[in-house]
This record gives sequence, C-alpha cells and structure tokens, in this order.
Amino acid sequence: MYAFDYHKPSSVEEAASLLASKEDATVVAGGQTLIPTLKHRLAQPTDLVDLSGVAELKGVKMDGDTLVIGAMTTHAEVAADATVRSAIPALADLADGIGDAQVRNCGTIGGSVSNNDPAADYPAALLALGATVVTTNRSISADDFFTGMFDTALEPGEIVTEIRLPKPARAAYAKFPNPASRYAIVGVMVAESGGQIRVAVTGAGQDGVFRATDIEQALSGAFSAEAAKAVKVSPETMSADIHASADYRAHLVSVMASRAVAACS
Amino acid sequence: MADDGIGASITRKEDRRFLVGRGTYTDDINRPHQTYAAFVRSPHAHAGIRGIDTSAAESAPGVLAVLTGKDLADDGIGDLICGWLIHSRDGEPMKVGEYAVLAKDTVRFVGHHVAVVVAETLAEARDAAELVEVDYDVRPACIATATATANGQPQVHPEAPNNRAFDWELGDKAATDAAFENAHHVTKIDIVNNRLIPNAMEPRAAIGEYDFGTEDYTLYTTSQNPHVARLVLTAFVGIGAEHNMRVIAPDVGGGFGSKINIYPEETVCLWASKKVSRPVKWTGDRSESFMADTHGRDHVTTAELALDADGKMLGLRVHTFANIGAHLALFGSVTPTYLHGTLFSGQYVLPAIYVNLEAVYTHTAPVDAYRGAGRPETAYIVERIAEVAARELGMDSAEFRRRNFIQPDQFPYQTPVALTYDSGDYPAILDRALAMSDYDTFPQRRAESEAKGKLRGIGLSCYIEACGIAPSAVIGSLGAGVGLWESAKIRFNATGNVLVYTGAHSHGQGHETTFAQIISSHLGIPADHVEIVHGDTEKTPMGMGTYGSRSLAVGGSAIVKAAEKIVAKGTKIAAHLLEASEADIEFKDGAFTVAGTDRSTTIQEVAFAAYVPHNYPEDLEPGLEESAFYDPGNFTYPAGTHICEVEIDPDTGVVEIVNFTAVDDFGTVVNPMIVEGQVHGGIAQGVGQAMMENCVYDDDGALITGSYMDYCMPRAQDFPGFKVATTETPCPHNPLGVKGCGEAGAIAAPPAVMNAITDAIGTDMQMPATPLRVWQALQAKAPAMAAE
Repeated sequence: MYAFDYHKPSSVEEAASLLASKEDATVVAGGQTLIPTLKHRLAQPTDLVDLSGVAELKGVKMDGDTLVIGAMTTHAEVAADATVRSAIPALADLADGIGDAQVRNCGTIGGSVSNNDPAADYPAALLALGATVVTTNRSISADDFFTGMFDTALEPGEIVTEIRLPKPARAAYAKFPNPASRYAIVGVMVAESGGQIRVAVTGAGQDGVFRATDIEQALSGAFSAEAAKAVKVSPETMSADIHASADYRAHLVSVMASRAVAACS
Repeated sequence: MADDGIGASITRKEDRRFLVGRGTYTDDINRPHQTYAAFVRSPHAHAGIRGIDTSAAESAPGVLAVLTGKDLADDGIGDLICGWLIHSRDGEPMKVGEYAVLAKDTVRFVGHHVAVVVAETLAEARDAAELVEVDYDVRPACIATATATANGQPQVHPEAPNNRAFDWELGDKAATDAAFENAHHVTKIDIVNNRLIPNAMEPRAAIGEYDFGTEDYTLYTTSQNPHVARLVLTAFVGIGAEHNMRVIAPDVGGGFGSKINIYPEETVCLWASKKVSRPVKWTGDRSESFMADTHGRDHVTTAELALDADGKMLGLRVHTFANIGAHLALFGSVTPTYLHGTLFSGQYVLPAIYVNLEAVYTHTAPVDAYRGAGRPETAYIVERIAEVAARELGMDSAEFRRRNFIQPDQFPYQTPVALTYDSGDYPAILDRALAMSDYDTFPQRRAESEAKGKLRGIGLSCYIEACGIAPSAVIGSLGAGVGLWESAKIRFNATGNVLVYTGAHSHGQGHETTFAQIISSHLGIPADHVEIVHGDTEKTPMGMGTYGSRSLAVGGSAIVKAAEKIVAKGTKIAAHLLEASEADIEFKDGAFTVAGTDRSTTIQEVAFAAYVPHNYPEDLEPGLEESAFYDPGNFTYPAGTHICEVEIDPDTGVVEIVNFTAVDDFGTVVNPMIVEGQVHGGIAQGVGQAMMENCVYDDDGALITGSYMDYCMPRAQDFPGFKVATTETPCPHNPLGVKGCGEAGAIAAPPAVMNAITDAIGTDMQMPATPLRVWQALQAKAPAMAAE
C-alpha cells in the first residue's frame, strides 16, 4: 500500500467537495475491491474519501411501489432487511449470496454498482429490475448506467447516493459462483414487471452485465424453465478464463435463467 | 489406562493459547532495533540479468542496504541445497543446477529473488524495492512438465541437458516386461497429478539477528525442522557455525511440507542482519507464498497394469515425468523417487513392478514435499488403474481389490520395489469401509439420483503409505544426506512435574498433547503436569523435525526410550527408599512397588529424592533426567480404504460429495480425536486436489493462479460429515505400535473421489474435476453416445 491521506466526511456535500478539491481522490464505499487493490499497490490515490460516516447514504425505505436503498447500505443489511425481503425477496437473496460474511458486512450496494465488476451480482439485479441510480448530480436508468467492464456513466467526482428499484410482479436470481472467488461465473436475474420480462446476466459477458434478449423473447412466449433452458445462447460475446470457457458460460446462461424462472413461480 | 493416557481423546493442550489469541508466531516476535526486508522478485520466468541499478533505492528514505547476489558472492555465501543425492539409471549422479540465494546472472521463475532492500520500516523497504532497476534479457521459458525434455525446449540449467535432472528407475524391468507378455489383459491409463500450491494458514516469515558481542546468530523462522535449517545454513550455505547459530521455530501455523525447504528469505535475513548490524525481519505476504514457496505434485504419468484371466495383477509398468521446478529443493529429489516409487505394490500381491521417472527442470517455482510427498502420487496411480482395470474386466471394484490383496498371514511382506511391509489386515479394513458406506445398496441410490436427473458414482481407494522413513543406514545408502532418527529428553522437576524436549516440531499436529499422553501412560504423570518443549535448537536435543507423518512413530518412540531410562534409574532410587532389592521393584501407574507387598513410593517422590538426595543410593548420580535417540528399524505402513460417493448435476458439472467413508489402520491410536482431525484435514486437502486446487502457469510462465481469486481452496461447505473409523494392527517394530496418520487423507482421497466421479460420468478425466471440466467431459461423451 502506498501512502495516502484519509478523510471521513459526514455529509454527501462534504464528500463531493473533497473529491473535487483533491488531486486524485478515490471514494471508499466498503473497500472490498479497493482495499485489496491498494494492498497490491495496483492503485495510488492521493486521498481516500470514506463514506462510512455519511448517515444520509444509509438505509432502506419504500417510496410508493419503489424500493429505495441508500448507497452505503451493506449487503448484509439488504439481505436482512424486512422491507427488502417483502418488496423484492430476490434482491435480499442476491445480497445474501455475495462474497462471504466479511464482504457482506463491509461491501455496499453503491460501491458495487459504481465499481461495475463484470462478475458482481448487483448489476444484474438493477438491469433486470429496471432500476434507477441516483447520484449527486442526476438520475440514471440502469440501462444507461452500466457502460462496460468496470465502466459506468458516472462522471469524475459524481457519487451514487441511492438505488431506486420498482417492485416487480415476480423476480428471482440464480447464480453459478466461481469455485475460487465466489464471484458469479454466470448470474441471471429474471424479473417480470407490468407484463414485461427482463433477463439480465452478469459474470458471463465480455462487456459486463447484459440483457439476454433471446431468453426474454422465449419467456414472453411461455414463462417456463423449459423455455429458458431451450434457448441456445451464443458463446461469441462470452468471456473465457481457466474456470469457464465461453461455451460453458453460454450454456450456463440458459441453465441459470431456467433456474431463476423456476424460482419465480 | 490413565484417563489422559494413550487412547484418550483429551482436548489439545496447545489450543488454549491459540484460541485466546496468545500464540507466538514468527511475525508476533519483534526484536529491538529491528529492520525490515523487502525482496525484488523477477516478473519473468526466464531472463538474463544484464545489470542491477540499486542507486535510486539506496538513496530512498529509511533504506539501510540494497543487496544483490554479487554481495552474497563477495561475502562467500554459498548456494542452497538439495538434501538427497539420486542417481540416474545409467549410474550418473543427478544434475544439480544453481540454487542461488539471490539470482546471479539468470532468473528462472516468476518470483525468483533478485535483490533485497533492508529499511527502517516495511513500507520504506517496499517503496525502495520498486526503485531497484533490473535490466532483464527476457528469454523463452520452459513450463510444461510433459514436454520439458523435448529437443528445442528452453534450457533451465546448463548442467542438465534437455532439462533432465535425473532419469531414475526402480524394480525389475525384464521381469515386468515378461509379465506383460503373458498377460490376459492390459489396462493402460494416462494420469496427470495436478500441481498444487501449499496454503498454510501462516505464510513464511523470518527474523535474522546477529549479535556483535557474542558473534552468535539467531534465526526465528517458520520451519518444520529447525535443526536441519541450522545445519544447512551453517555447514552448506556458510553463515556462522552450528555452535553459534540458534534457530527458533516458534508457533508455526501449518507447513504441509512447504516449510521443510531452506529458502532464500531466511538466509538473506541472517546474512543481512550482520551487514546492517541490526535484526532483519521478513514476513511473506500471500502473493509471495503463491509465487515462491515450494509447490507440490506435478507429475505426468503413463501406467500399465498386466492382469491374468482371473483378474489377478501380474505386473505394473509406470513412466512419469516429475516437474521439480527451477531448483532442486531440500527434499525435491527424494519425493518423486524413494518416497514414491517404493509404494507401487499398493496393498496388492503384484509380482513384477518397473518404475521409470524422469525429473525435469522447468521455469516454475521449486517443487518439494507436500502433504503425502510422493505417496499421494503413487496411490493415485495404483488406485486409479486398479479401478479402471476392474471396470474393464467387468468385475466389482471391491471384489477385484480383495482378490489381489496381500493377506494378513503374508506379513512381513517383501514387495518387488524394496520395501518390506511389516503388518496389516487389508481385507478387514475393506469390509469395514464397505459396511460403513452402505456399498451394497449403492445401486438403489444411483437409481434415485437418476430419477432426479442426476448422475451418481462411487469410488474406492485402498491406499498404503510409508511413514517414519528409516533406518538411517538404509536411507544413507540410497542417497540421504542425513540420518532420520529422532531424539527426546525427559526432565523431572523436583516437584514431580515433567518437561519433555523433543527434536520433532509441532505446527498443528498436536504434539504437546499426544507426547504428554505418552508420558502419562509410561510414567504415570498426568498429561496436565507435562510440558512439551520443541522448536528451539538451543533448548532441545538434536532433532530432524516433522514431516512424513514421522513424529509419533520416531519422536514418540524416542520419548518411550527415554521414559524407560527414567524408570530404570527410578527403580534404583525406589529400591533404596523402600529398602528392597532392585529386582523386586515393579513400576506401574506412576508407582514403584515392592513386588507382592503394599510398600510403594510414587515417581514424584522418587524425583524429589533425586534432587534432594539426602537419603539416596551411593554411587548414583542425583537428578532425574534422561535422553534417548531412536532410529527405527523400518518404515511404518499405515493403510486404509476410503470410499467416496458423489452426485453430479449434468447441467452444470457440479459434483457434490454425498458420502465419504474413511477406515484407516494407523496402528495404536494415542489420541482418537486428534487422529480424526488429521483424517478430516487430509481428506479435505485430498478433495481439494481432486476437485478444486490447480496451479496454472501460462506459456510464458506467469502464475495465473496467484491468489485465492483463482486458486480454489476447499471450504467446509464442500463436504458432508465424514464417516471415520480406525482398525488397529500395531506396528511390530516400534515401542508404541504406532504408524502415523498425518498424511493419510491427502493420499487416499484423490483416487477415491476421481473413481467416484468417473463412475458417475462414465468416462475418464483428469484432476481437478472442476465443474467446467466435468461438464466438458460429459459434452465430449455425449456425441459419442449419440453415435452409438
């Protein structure tokens, strides 16, 4: 780890002003990716702005039929939250399956979506549920927010403040974890809202989270596990590594989609 | 039997300090005026070093020294060593390439030590290490085991043409070839024993400290064998001398073989501590462990088994390429030879065996002993080929093995590959394991799985291993550089409690408990009144350390020998105190009694008399303290049957272990709870190898599996509850009747798991059986089935 200056602001405003004023400042939202990166000396920020003291970024509430989760809400809090579990149980289940207990106790939803790790779980949920990412500057739909591997629509200095998730008619997440890291090799979120079916896939794509439109079409015809499983997903845009070939990932997209559909009903 | 003696599952005496966070590991030790070392490591698998510019690092804040291989040479510090000389089948000694403490003019693996920075703080040392500029001449690397000897491969050491360190054989080639000529059936398999990275909980660490006043060296280090470290560092590397070097291996958090080797880091800390006149500390981080600690296994094998029409084994022929990495580490040559080739008879009457093993250098981390050390590789070959042979012959796997077992009345049994098995009852073990695993009703469970769309398989592994490698004269004739005896010293204090000093080293094995239980049984002193002292060359008698499941069989036997001397002297003192003849004194349960009377004195009273010798035999030395060395007459031969049952999801390739049964014969069991723990841990490691763990280098020698993100360790949730039992045929040649249990699970589990998986999927595959590979094996099989 290289030396840096550490700041713990107590408001979003203060955090934003720190980010704007420091030469190369980085936000710490939970640190589950950032701290290992720093320990490996793979990043050298001049300043760390730790959001854990910003109370307004924490917590869960309903706004009509929309579930609102503060950016600094940890995975463990989402997993255990009664409001989340009642509105979108699939999201609570997803959060309960992220990393391990230590990661869930530190990692946050805002940190996860801002990092947009191509194998993270939350991006699939946000995309399938048609969520909105609220930042210090604006509101961004999930469709526009995730722009590629470790890439988002966030501008420098822009901080995610909350995630707004419309309550779906039904939804479920099925994940095939990497045996070593427990990140998703393939994670599929299936959601139905207002008669529209959205299927979002994390872990598998070369460009990060994506919508499996051919599976969406198949499910629009018949919302069944068999229909999802019968879709032959092309391996062309799938990533490959020592844990999973592109063919295997493509196959798992159908399998995990079918399991998510089964869990929906 | 005392309730805390041999056979009692008492809780571990050492656990209190670990559970309350008061263990003392090397990194917990801080010496006055301590400095910190950071190593500059090669990012290339193979490169020449044109030059090293240390100037920027030297002027960085807090830096005390920047040292390179040239500085070592200037100080006359020698290379690191391999401890066992193997001869090739043409009689040539093995080809030993340079194993420099810091690279001289060539780097040979990613992570190779090039320079060291010593600074006031760890952060300053690391910052400065990044400023050391090494001018590398990057060259092509030789990585793959199977092709390392091919013409045109990059050469690792000029001393070893075609990267061949040695070409070793064991057994009777002519007799084996003849067996194959007469065979009714030949089973042939190709086997890859995947390369593993040991992952002890505690990474390696060292503090070197040179005392300018006394001119003595002290090394605190994570070693399984502190006396051996002292010997190598002084007599071979050339730092100090045995009498003025103290090596302390305090609490050590696991070794699994990776803490046997004497490495560059501890050598540099010692040497640098004299150069900077201050203690030098290095604590490896996990990335350094992955890159540069010794790895394990990495064999590529072709094996053939000759069978007669009744399914009896006639002969076994094995050819293996064993990857030893860039350097021959301390046990790097004995692990794939005498710890490996000598066990190919398995539990079977196998009249003719021929083993040929080529050890190859590659541009990868050195490969050395890893839990089981050569024996898992053997058991994997023997038990996989036995299973495949049974399937090819259409015989039940258990019946096939039973038909070939060495029978209980055949011991001692001379195998065709040098060893004489001393004892065992293999059919009894198998029967017990079959019963415990409900083997007979497996077809029903398979049908139930099939009804759910799952695949189910069952696999056996009837392994044998050899522990307590000995006797010294024999291993010396085979090339060992040392003897493999062990020592013990028992000291009674005046108040009747006991200190036991052992040359063995506990780094998770529980010696502080089991050794105390030996004292309880043999001397009648409660285990709570016994303290075991180990891991310090200045406190303990000479020792050879702990590896190869040797500590109880060899070190424990030394304790018994010392206890016998205590009883002999105590008898003299008791006879005097009881005014009886020595010949009439009996010792039992901690009391000396005049035979046939109720006149008695306790061993504690005798100890008191020995230190307060007011009323004491003439011509007898005061004190009650005895030492013994024990050099075993033979190896010990633990054996067992492990049975694994799996259920596989064909949609994903995920394998679930639904049942795992282990029946082992470890001879006499001192502490059943500790033995069970050892078996559990061993199985977990064996399953890890079979299904998860795999060290992967890319073609350029970069370590792909350099962290837990990609190197998959087994987790508790990966396992069912194990069904574990022991049978006991005591070892006939050591005083405890013990055989050793530390490695059995890691030896037995891989073939059991792979036999189960291949049974389920109906096709062969190599370890590790990851979901991807299982799915791929099923895909490869599917078109073939469609064509049928």
